[in-house]
Amino acid sequence: METTNKTLTFSRRAFMRTSSLAGGGLLIGFNFVTACKPKAEAPIDLANLNYNDFNAFIKIADNGAVTIFSPNPEIGQGIKTSMPMIIAEELDVSWDMVHVEQGVLDTENYTRQVAGGSQSIRHGWDALRQTGATARQMLVNAAAAKWGVDAAECKTSEGVITNAAGETLTYGDVVNEAAAMEVPEDVALKSVKDYKIIGTDRSNVDIDEIITGKPLFGLDYKAEGMLYASVMRPPAFGQKLVSVDDAGARAITGVTDVVQFGNKVAVLASDTWTAMKAKEQLRPVWEAESAAESTAEHDKILMGLLDGNEFNTLRTDGDVKKAFAQCDQILERTYESPFLPHNCLEPMNFYANVSAEKIHLVGPIQTPEWTANRVAELLERDVADIRLEMTRQGGGFGRRLYGDFALEAAEISNLAQKPVQVVFSREDDMADGIYRPALKYRIKAGVKDGKVIAYHLKEAAINSNMYGLIPNFFPAGAIENYQVDVAKYDSNITTGAWRAPYTNFLAFAEQGFFDELAELMEVDRVQLRLDMLQNVKGTEDERIQYSPERMEKVIQAAVEKSGWGSQPEGTYQGFVNYYCHNSHVAEVADVVIEDGIPVVKKVTCVVDCGIVINPLGAKNQAEGGVIDGIGHSMYGDFSFENGKPTATNFDKYRLIRMREAPQVEVHFMENEHSPTGLGEPTLPPAGGAVANALKAATGNRLYNQPFSKYPEKLKAPDKEILG
Amino acid sequence: MPTYELKVNGETRTLQVSADMPLMWALRDHLDLVGTKYGCGIAQCGSCTVHVDGAAVRSCVLTVDQAQGKEITTIEGLSEDGSHPVQVAWKEIDVPQCGYCQAGQIMTATAFLNDNPNPSEEEIKSAMHGNICRCASYNRILRAVSLAAENMS
Repeated sequence: METTNKTLTFSRRAFMRTSSLAGGGLLIGFNFVTACKPKAEAPIDLANLNYNDFNAFIKIADNGAVTIFSPNPEIGQGIKTSMPMIIAEELDVSWDMVHVEQGVLDTENYTRQVAGGSQSIRHGWDALRQTGATARQMLVNAAAAKWGVDAAECKTSEGVITNAAGETLTYGDVVNEAAAMEVPEDVALKSVKDYKIIGTDRSNVDIDEIITGKPLFGLDYKAEGMLYASVMRPPAFGQKLVSVDDAGARAITGVTDVVQFGNKVAVLASDTWTAMKAKEQLRPVWEAESAAESTAEHDKILMGLLDGNEFNTLRTDGDVKKAFAQCDQILERTYESPFLPHNCLEPMNFYANVSAEKIHLVGPIQTPEWTANRVAELLERDVADIRLEMTRQGGGFGRRLYGDFALEAAEISNLAQKPVQVVFSREDDMADGIYRPALKYRIKAGVKDGKVIAYHLKEAAINSNMYGLIPNFFPAGAIENYQVDVAKYDSNITTGAWRAPYTNFLAFAEQGFFDELAELMEVDRVQLRLDMLQNVKGTEDERIQYSPERMEKVIQAAVEKSGWGSQPEGTYQGFVNYYCHNSHVAEVADVVIEDGIPVVKKVTCVVDCGIVINPLGAKNQAEGGVIDGIGHSMYGDFSFENGKPTATNFDKYRLIRMREAPQVEVHFMENEHSPTGLGEPTLPPAGGAVANALKAATGNRLYNQPFSKYPEKLKAPDKEILG
Repeated sequence: MPTYELKVNGETRTLQVSADMPLMWALRDHLDLVGTKYGCGIAQCGSCTVHVDGAAVRSCVLTVDQAQGKEITTIEGLSEDGSHPVQVAWKEIDVPQCGYCQAGQIMTATAFLNDNPNPSEEEIKSAMHGNICRCASYNRILRAVSLAAENMS
């Protein structure tokens, strides 16, 4: 622990401060100001801040131990390990010397403290390297000054500085002097070939705590005097609360308060079970505020949109209408997907302690800054009053982008004037979701003289349509006449981002379509894709998001690694290549027939996400993305009747389990491109790869998800079909 | 409220809770043993798995009343320092993504390997089928259980 704080005079900008350690030694703080937020000013009263309140640091003790604060939310994507690895690489310390801690929300010192869109590493890449390299250079400069030599002659390795004469100083030896050095403007970054940490396997930094059950997650958080809140929300979308009789709930021992806010009623109790049980004793009166919607009706509405003419056009090349009129062959297919709940295994929860002086928020959240701002607005408070701490998060998948649970906690704490943790039951979590919207695609392609010359993609979705970059993904640029049209229906069912929004279903639709198109054209399925990519090479269209060269390479690697075309008899393969979240992926699914049922045995997954920071964690992400994609394509079935979801727990909602999970073999392309997304890109191709393999195995093509809804298509074929 | 004495991780713990409280909530909210996780509350996901007299049990559907007099082991009591062969294997394989389900996975695997020290791959898959991993780290769970079995034999 720190005992005294030493005030420093900063020559140009406040960048560092030091603290003495109780047992002797010093800590040096390099904040992220210059690195993560280049234009930001440092906090003016930096030197007066309590060390504990200002922890956007690399801390280096005089025994050489290094603490690195990881700024972004950890939802299982592994950035609490990989982001500090990048800093440690450029700082040039041994990873064994590094201790990692989760940074709090700190908008002064970090930017983009968000877990979403698979962008943490991609956006952090330059800033994190710069941070580590700047700190390293200051330590070198301090050592050089001590020796009276030129800093340029000094080298570093694993926290030790060596001069030309062979003398050495450790980072710990010069940490105090370094703190008084001027901050260098330009620092050299390492070459990829010199990396010692990046590109090597490193265990999850929380592994010891996870395997021994230490408190890590939002639900594990406890505070003095904290009450547990179970919230009753409208039982169906479109309903509002008229009144509630809470006498029965209040009569239960352990219940301390019942508070109403908007259409919700929270029961506060001394433990979670009592709060959940007492909630069942509330006697509410609900009334309809808007329509009670159903999936059956949505299906008709969305189909009507696809059949209609009211579209918003997102991209047009050439003239699809004219082109279709000239085609020899036309293929048109429609693909349908349901709503999906996120089902983070840790249900939504958040802690709030709202007092007149400050607001303390703790819990799992993918968007801490956005959430703190919304809480400030809601309670009409200054955002500076808020301290928000992120816990480790039991999954995110997009659900924790929406801070509704944190807003509830803040509102309840404000009303009750008590520290409160809101806990969703699994039923609350599934029934009060912010779902992947149900949507449908219709794809039409035209072939003339053996060449695909026209492609028309239409989307009809609940509430919101694909984001603007997607129309520029493959096959944009590959087909002369190309158009993407979207339409939507506004529903009162809440919808939002779900791991790999839109592409999580679009990849299945398009890649199944390409397979069928290849059949129609009587060309090889993979060759059709490679041929289309040739048209994109050398394109001057800056809107095109993907690289045809990198896509071609992942396709070729997947062909080679999966034994495409040379599989043993009885193994049926399906192929998909896809681009999203700035990464290129190709997947091959292997299906065999066991006891008359097609079974997915293996998926070969080739990923080009540039430089891989931590291959051990990266493979885990890729494997998980593939199995998650297969699981939801196979089993994810979620619908509404009269505004209510038809499933609210895992007895009725099926998630993929061990016996259904295929072996996933992951290969990363080796190159020196800057890193791109990995949390999402392996998911979208998986469902398509399986569907294409199932077609090969059964003769049946799947157009709708989940596949398990169509058992008649999931059967071994008659002998005649197999030929 | 009635008073209960529970034998948890070799210690006798006293708590005053309602008779129908699931053991999981008693462990988490009253005994500060939060390694046992809440996932579904209806014995479908396995996150709350503990050992009761050596058998893997879903603590979300076992009441405190029913748990009295039994030997209860939670993830915190599996070993002093994470040195149980299953924990060691979990670390070596680097199984977790988000990590939330892993205590339940480890407790299920441990009870299973006690009964079946030399399992086949199919037996491991069947034994672990009841535990959901939402991040789908199933390939690594399979490898970790296999490795633990090797190291224990």
